[in-house]
Amino acid sequence: MQRTREPGADYFHKVVDCQWACPAHTPVPEYIRLIAEGRYGDAYMINWKSNVFPGVLGRTCDRPCEPACRRGRVEDEPVAICRLKRVAADNKPDITARLPPPAAAPNGKRIALVGAGPASLTVARDLAPLGYEITVFDGESKSAGMIRSQIPRFRLPEEVIDEEVGYITGLGGIDMRLGQRVDSLKALLADGYDAVFVGSGAPRGRDLDIPGRQEAAANIHIGIDWLSNVSFGHIDRIGRRVIVLGGGNTAMDCCRTSRRLGGEDVKVIVRSGFEEMKASPWEKEDAMHEDIPIINMRVPKAFTHEDGRLTGVVFEVVEAVFDEKGRRKLMPTGEPDEHYPCDDVLVAVGQENAFPWIEDDIGLEFDEWHMPKVDPATFQSTLPNVFFGGDAAFGPKNIIWAVAHGHEAAVSIHKFCHGEDVAVRPPPGATLVSQKMGIHEWSYDNDVSNDNRYRVPMRDKKEALSDVRLEVELGFDRELGLKEAQRCLNCDVQTVFADKLCIECDACVDICPMDCITFTEDAAESAEGEADLRGRLKAPALNLTQDLYVSGKLPGTGRVMAKDEDVCLHCGLCAERCPTGAWDMQKFYLEMTHAGPQCLSR
Amino acid sequence: MTYILKPQLHHPKLPTNGLGYTRRDYEGSVSTLCAGCGHDSISASIIQACFELELPPHRVAKLSGIGCSSKTPDYFLGNSHGFNTVHGRMPSVLTGANLANRDLIYLGVSGDGDSASIGLGQFAHAIRRGVNMLYIVENNGVYGLTKGQFSATSDRGSKSKRGVVNTDAGIDMVSLALQMGATFVARSFSGDKEQLVPLIKAGLAHKGAAFIDCISPCVQFNNHQGSTKSFDYVREHNEAVNKLDVITPRDPIHVDYRPGETVRVQQHDGSILSLHKLNDLYNPNSRAQALGYLQARQARGQIVTGLLFVDPAAGDLHDAVGTVATPLNQLGEAELVPGQAALERINASLR
Ligand SMILES: Cc1cc2nc3c(=O)[nH]c(=O)nc-3n(C[C@H](O)[C@H](O)[C@H](O)COP(=O)(O)OP(=O)(O)OC[C@H]3O[C@@H](n4cnc5c(N)ncnc54)[C@H](O)[C@@H]3O)c2cc1C
Ligand SMILES: Cc1ncc(C[n+]2csc(CCOP(=O)(O)OP(=O)(O)O)c2C)c(N)n1
Ligand code: SF4
Ligand code: SF4
Ligand code: SF4
Ligand SMILES: [Mg+2]
Repeated sequence: MQRTREPGADYFHKVVDCQWACPAHTPVPEYIRLIAEGRYGDAYMINWKSNVFPGVLGRTCDRPCEPACRRGRVEDEPVAICRLKRVAADNKPDITARLPPPAAAPNGKRIALVGAGPASLTVARDLAPLGYEITVFDGESKSAGMIRSQIPRFRLPEEVIDEEVGYITGLGGIDMRLGQRVDSLKALLADGYDAVFVGSGAPRGRDLDIPGRQEAAANIHIGIDWLSNVSFGHIDRIGRRVIVLGGGNTAMDCCRTSRRLGGEDVKVIVRSGFEEMKASPWEKEDAMHEDIPIINMRVPKAFTHEDGRLTGVVFEVVEAVFDEKGRRKLMPTGEPDEHYPCDDVLVAVGQENAFPWIEDDIGLEFDEWHMPKVDPATFQSTLPNVFFGGDAAFGPKNIIWAVAHGHEAAVSIHKFCHGEDVAVRPPPGATLVSQKMGIHEWSYDNDVSNDNRYRVPMRDKKEALSDVRLEVELGFDRELGLKEAQRCLNCDVQTVFADKLCIECDACVDICPMDCITFTEDAAESAEGEADLRGRLKAPALNLTQDLYVSGKLPGTGRVMAKDEDVCLHCGLCAERCPTGAWDMQKFYLEMTHAGPQCLSR
Repeated sequence: MTYILKPQLHHPKLPTNGLGYTRRDYEGSVSTLCAGCGHDSISASIIQACFELELPPHRVAKLSGIGCSSKTPDYFLGNSHGFNTVHGRMPSVLTGANLANRDLIYLGVSGDGDSASIGLGQFAHAIRRGVNMLYIVENNGVYGLTKGQFSATSDRGSKSKRGVVNTDAGIDMVSLALQMGATFVARSFSGDKEQLVPLIKAGLAHKGAAFIDCISPCVQFNNHQGSTKSFDYVREHNEAVNKLDVITPRDPIHVDYRPGETVRVQQHDGSILSLHKLNDLYNPNSRAQALGYLQARQARGQIVTGLLFVDPAAGDLHDAVGTVATPLNQLGEAELVPGQAALERINASLR
C-alpha cells in the first residue's frame, strides 16, 4: 500500500473538506472555533485575508464548502459555514487598525484593472499594500460589480458592500475611476501600464427570440438588466402578474424582487425539471416560501400580445425521455400548449461574456466560443502583460471564485512585474501542531455536539415583502451562532499516527465511535491493493473521494494501521485511549500564499 | 479517564442485527480503566459477540466481583441486568441468580485476583456444579486495581515492574476448570479479537459451565520486559490449537475447509461450532488429552489458546437438581406455598 506515514500538506488539507472545497481555501474550522470563543474580530480577519468580502459572502456565497462538509456525511446536514461567516462580520469590533498599512513607498509599477467587481477588487487589495499604483476603471458609477448591481438589497444591504469595498479603497494607492468605461484595450495598453487585469464580468443577459418578442417588448425585460435597474433605483414597480423564465439564481432573484415591487401573482416557469434547475436548493426554497410557484417542464413558444401590450406566454409541455445511449432529452408530451396570462415577463435564461472593447489585432487570442485564452493556473492571457479573472475569465461563476481568481492573478502580476516565471506557483503555508494539553485535555473542544443544523431567523414574510431594501434574513444572533459553531467537527485537528509507538492494544479501534480504524494485513501497492484494503476495513471504505491513512508495518505483528478519513469526528478519543501516544491530535493550519515577498523565488 | 461521552453519532453504514440493534446499542458507559487496558478489548469483544448472537440485552445478566476486570460490566451491555458483587463472591451470587431465574443468560466477569486468590473456592464450586453460565477471567497476572501486586496466576520466575521475581507457582485457571468439570474451556488473548469473539459466542451459547481464561495485559503494571502477560510475550508464545467459527441456526452454512481439517460440534441450542484445526494432534473432545497437552506445552513455555475442550451434551445445575422448568421467580404463591398437606407428604417420604 501507498504509505501515508509522512503525509504532506495536500493530504491533510484534503481532510479539511470545507477548506479544500472553498475556492479561496478559507481556514473554515479555525474561524468557526474563534466564533465559538466570541473572538469575532479574529474570525473576521481570517476570512478577510482569504476571501476579502466576509460580510458579503456571509450572506450570498454559493458555499461550495457546505455540500463538502463532513458533518453532512455523519448526519443530515452540513454546518452552516456561510451564515457563521456573517456572525463574525456582524459582531466584530472595529477592525480598521488591523488592515494592512499603506505601502511605505510606491514600487514604481502601474497596474490597470478593468471592472470594479470582486475579482478586480481582490487584485487591488493584494497588490496595493505592496506599493503598486492601481487604477480601477468601471463603467458604472458605483463599485463592486454585480455584487451591487445584481444581488438584490433584501439579500445584501448596501452598507455591507460599502463597508467592505471601503476597506480596500482605503488601503491607499488605488485610484477608482468610476463611470469610466474602457472602450479599447489597445488604448489602455498604450498608456504604458506594467500589467492589465481584466475583471469585466459576464455582463450580457441572454434574450429569448421567439414570436411576439418585438411586439411586446415594452413588458419583456432581460433579467440582469432589470435587476441592476432596480438596484440603482431606476425601476421601482412591476405588473401584478409576472412570469419569470429561467431556472437559475438570477431567476430566483427576479421573482423575489418582483414580489416586492407589486408583483402579486409571480410564477417561475422553467423548461427543465425541478431537480435539474441551476438555482441552489436554498434559493428555490426561499422563493417558494414567498408564495412563488415553480412550474417545470414548460418550453416557452411565443409571447402573446394585444394592441402592442403583452398578454401572456404560450408554453409547450415536455417530459424527460432517455435515448438509447441513456442521455436525457426533453420531448413534447403531445398535450395541448398552455397559455399563462401575465403583465410582465422577466427573461433569466443565462448570461454571456462580451468583449467588444478588445481589439482582435493586439495579439490577445480568443477560442472558438469567443472566450479569451486564459491559463487556468496563472490567469495570464496570450498577451503576457494581460491577465483575466472572475466571470471574464471562464464565464459566469460566483463571487468566491472571482476572489480566488483575483488572488492567483495578483500572484502572477507580482511575479510578472519582478521578471519571474508566473508558472512557478508559491506553495501554501502549512503548520501542524499538537493540541495536547494534558493526559486527556486538548486545546480544542473535542466534545461532539448532537444538535441538528440551526435555521437562520427570517423577517416576518409580510414585512419582508413590503420593501425591496429590507434584509430578509436576520442572521444568527451570538447564541445561535455559538450553537451552530459547536456543530463543526474541527476537521483540521488531524489524527496523526506514529507507527513505532503502537503496541496494537486495540484501544483506539474499540473506542472509535465511527469505526474509522482497522489493524490488518498490508495490501499490495496498486489500485487493486487499495480496493482490497478498503473492503477489508472494520467499516468498508466506500467513499472513494476520501483517502485512507495507512501506516508502515507495525513492530508487534507486521500488520498495518489503516484509517478511513471519511466520517472521522476528530473527537480525539483514539488519542485519549492510546496508552503510548501513538495517536496525537495535531492542528493543521493552511494559508494560501498571496502576492507578496513570500511568493517570489528571489 | 476520558472526560467526554462517546459521541452518539455512528458510522452511517453501521449494520443492524435481526433485532434492529447496531453494535453500538450493546455498549455501556465509557471505560474508566487505563488507556490501552486489555480488559477494554475484552469488553469490545463481548459487545461484538452479543450483537452477532442477536441477544436481547434485557435477557442478559452480567455479574462480577471486585477488581478492574470486575468493573468492566459497566462498560458493556448498558441495557442488561448487572450485579457488581463482593470480592471473590461473584460465583455464589451468580449461582443464586441462576437458580432463581433460569431464563436469563448469565455472564460472570472476574479477574485473576478475584477468582484465583480470594475467590478460588467459589470459582471451583460454581464450575463443578455446572452452573449454566459463561465465566470469563480477565487474566493480567496482577491485582490491577490495588496497584499491581502479583496475583496467583503469575508465572513463577516472572518479574514485576519493579524487578521483583515471583517465587510462587502460578495457578493455571484452564487446567483448574478442566479438573473441576467445566464442560466448555477455552483460552484466548485480549489482543486477538478474531479468536476471542467466536469463543465468547460459543461460550454464551453453551449449556453448562463454560469458562474462558483470557489473557489481558495490564499496560500500567504488567506490560514490561520480564512479564509473561505482556502484549509482546503473549504474541511471541501464543500457540493456537484451532480456529473457531460459530454458526448459529440462522446463519447460512458454508464449508470452507477441507474435510479432516475441521471438527464440527453441534451445541444444545442448535449452534454449530466449526473448529478448524491448526494443530493436527489436538482433539477438543477429550478432557484427559487436553490436560496432558496443556502441561506439555506449558513446560515448553508456550501459551495454548483456542477452544480446548467442549462437551456438547453437557447438562447444568438445574438438570441435576431437578428444578421446575418455570423460573422460580415466576412461580406464584400457590406453587411456592403448597400447604400443610404437601409438607406432610414430604416429611412422610423422609421417615
Ligand atoms: C442576479 C445575480 C445574482 C447573483 N447572486 C450571487 C450570489 O448570491 N452569490 C454569488 O456568489 N454570486 C452571485 N452572482 C454572481 C456574481 O455576482 C458574479 O459571479 C461576480 O460578481 C463576478 O465578479 P467579477 O469581478 O468577475 O465581475 P462583475 O461583478 O460582473 O464585475 C464586472 C464589472 O466590470 C464592469 N465592466 C465591464 N466591462 C467594462 C469595461 N469595458 N470598462 C469598464 N468597466 C467594465 C462592470 O460594470 C462591472 O461592474 C449573481 C449574479 C447575478 C447575475
Ligand atoms: C474482601 C476484599 N479484600 C481485598 C480487597 C482489595 N482488592 C480489591 S481488587 C483486588 C484484586 C483484584 O485483582 P483482579 O481480580 O486480578 O482484578 P484486576 O484489577 O487485576 O483486573 C483486591 C485484593 C477487596 N476489595 N475486598
Ligand atoms: S465539520 Fe467543520 S471542519 Fe469539518 S468540513 Fe464541516 S465545517 Fe469544515
Ligand atoms: S478522532 Fe479518532 S476516535 Fe474520533 S472518530 Fe476520528 S479516528 Fe475515531
Ligand atoms: S491505542 Fe495506541 S497503542 Fe493501542 S492500538 Fe491504538 S494506536 Fe496502537
Ligand atoms: Mg488481575
